[in-house]
Amino acid sequence: MSGVYVCGLGAVSPAGWDVAALGKVLQSQLPVPRQPLARPDPAKPLQACPVPPPLTRPSFLGHPRLRRASPITQYAAAAALEALGKLAANRPPGDRLGLVVCLQSGCVQYSARFFEETLRDPLTASPLVFPETVFAAPASHLATLLGNVTLASTLVGDPACFLQGVALAVDWLEEQRANACLVIGAEESHWLRADALWHFQRSSVMSSGAGALCLSLEPGLSLGVELNAITDAHTFSTDLNRTRAALAMRSQLPSGAPTEVLFDSQDDSPQLDAPERAAWGDWPGRRLSLKRILGEGLMAAAAWQCVAACDEVARGAAPAANVSLVGCNQQAIGARFARSHSQP
Amino acid sequence: MLFPSPPVPARPPRVVITGAGIVTALGVGWRQNADGFRAGRAAFRVVSLFDVSRQRVKTAAEVDLPATLPPTRLGARATARLDRPAKMLLVAAQEAWRQAGWEPGGQIPLILGTTAGGMALGEDYFRQAVQTPQRHRNQPTRTLYYQSQTQGRMVADALGFSGPVTIVSNACASGANAIGQAWELIRRGRAERVLTGGYDALSQLVFSGFDSLQALSPTVCRPFDAARDGLALGEGAAVVALETLDAARRRGASILAELIGYGAVIDCHHLTQPHPEGDAALASMALACENARVTPADIDYVNAHGTGTPLNDSAEALAIRRWAGDRASSLPVSSTKAGIGHLLGGAGAVEAVVCLMALREQWLPPEPAFERPDPACNFPIVREPRDASVNAVLSNSFGFGGVNATLIFRRWP
Repeated sequence: MSGVYVCGLGAVSPAGWDVAALGKVLQSQLPVPRQPLARPDPAKPLQACPVPPPLTRPSFLGHPRLRRASPITQYAAAAALEALGKLAANRPPGDRLGLVVCLQSGCVQYSARFFEETLRDPLTASPLVFPETVFAAPASHLATLLGNVTLASTLVGDPACFLQGVALAVDWLEEQRANACLVIGAEESHWLRADALWHFQRSSVMSSGAGALCLSLEPGLSLGVELNAITDAHTFSTDLNRTRAALAMRSQLPSGAPTEVLFDSQDDSPQLDAPERAAWGDWPGRRLSLKRILGEGLMAAAAWQCVAACDEVARGAAPAANVSLVGCNQQAIGARFARSHSQP
Repeated sequence: MLFPSPPVPARPPRVVITGAGIVTALGVGWRQNADGFRAGRAAFRVVSLFDVSRQRVKTAAEVDLPATLPPTRLGARATARLDRPAKMLLVAAQEAWRQAGWEPGGQIPLILGTTAGGMALGEDYFRQAVQTPQRHRNQPTRTLYYQSQTQGRMVADALGFSGPVTIVSNACASGANAIGQAWELIRRGRAERVLTGGYDALSQLVFSGFDSLQALSPTVCRPFDAARDGLALGEGAAVVALETLDAARRRGASILAELIGYGAVIDCHHLTQPHPEGDAALASMALACENARVTPADIDYVNAHGTGTPLNDSAEALAIRRWAGDRASSLPVSSTKAGIGHLLGGAGAVEAVVCLMALREQWLPPEPAFERPDPACNFPIVREPRDASVNAVLSNSFGFGGVNATLIFRRWP
């Protein structure tokens, strides 16, 4: 088994279009601005944390494949390019990139739009919109944009699926099927998604964006962070409720130290947060709950947690960072990122 | 732990299939489907699941589900909540599970491919949220059961096992990718057995989508025919039980076939169109052969992706020609989509089970509607039902977005 190094990070979030903006908001601990969401039932006060417009128009939007792409692809592309920054500059010939895109709601904007058109009159439903409704569309666009992708896969699941994506990427690296792998979690906003969330958490504030990790077995490319552990996937079942799954996940990670930091997935919901409160009650270090600041970003939020954890370690703010992903309807998985012994 | 992972075996274990379950418009279960595929039956009819009166094309291959599901460990309430795709998946999974002779309990990874999961539930959610937004009845259940990971969890609960659930959504290659990923998991020593497959059900959004692209055939789905004019949609599920040869032998299990090769590559040419020369398809077949340590001369039958669209079939035909070389002129090829339609995320898994049938029962599935070959085809299309000596088969699956996957199976003596 080789070391797996984090060699790039990328993020698009309600905080802005890069990792620095994400870090700044997390340091301030102040929730990002929220705004009401237009929807068919005005009686339901749904809210969202929007992604602010980029300061300058990203140049990748000029790529023919991305001109019509939905926001989820744009977020994923921006996060991917940021994460690839250093690697892209020093790309060796024959470089092979693996791409794992993880989604929960996926391309909901174009799906809702296309279905609305279908209900109105299928004969006029747009053939340009339909292909963009497919879960695999963002990965396809990204593979074309990046140019050197030899392997790509889209995984669907609850937010803990992001770490399944990381594990898949590690397999590809260890099998030498790719020199580097990008793992991306992304979501986009739509009233339909917020409406569905509302049934499970009335106070939920929907958010969107993307996070990306670039992984490699090459220590020289490391940001100074390596993947230390990913727990088993503790799938919820009739015999394993969310709390027991969270406890099982916690038991597979080190007990932690006061200098370490934990990025959990709590969101101010007494019921939904209970498993993580039980699992991490003895955590001795700092704890950050991103969703309280950035909103419920589902797969994007899971990716932000991992990106923020790696960023914390890369900046030297903590020697190690744990990530706790207790999903809503599938599984609990945790991970630990630590200061790499091989410094860049 | 997902990481660090256990050491990779010095020699990857051989992976065999000990159970297979299938649900298509030809029927429920191995026997009904084997009889249908062997005879080359087509199962298309006017869609009854949603309104197609304003669609350009009005037919698809709908599944007739059994009136009651076979008993499982799911309670009555959970069973009642299952939607069509979840039921198809469960029926196929249960058949595979029983055939494999696996017992409840233990950790078994479940890897499934799908494009739409419970899309029809999502459509119901949307309609109600728009038309009667203050009515919330059934909306939480739809939200949960719409998601494919819930459908996967239901399979595990129903059959009484636990383990990670992975949902692969690489469009029409999803089912083949799921099986390929399961194969890799076993070969890496991560699991001794994996339940895997793919499924998709017809939904209005997807039907309308393919119709809007004018990809649906207004006549008859005829893959590789010179006059082909589009694909037909279908629905269904297929699940296979994969395990190491050692595990199967220890249990004294009956082995259906060996999965010997898998290849997956990406085609960046276009979101919905393959590279016209079939470059990625060629690479996918070549990679699967390399992994399987076979050459085209060793392959007795190709179950083509063969959607029936002009672009797919000409690109795939070129790829098969380039890959097979001289062998192409005598290599039997057919697409079973001619009989059951394109099952999208379920296609790769269903076609894998058709390949198992061909290997077990020594016949080739024909395309009865096929009349005149596309000039790009220099290989024989199986047109009539026929027995054949089949020792190794190759199955192609290519998806929207460009993920191409190939599986190779070998007959078990």
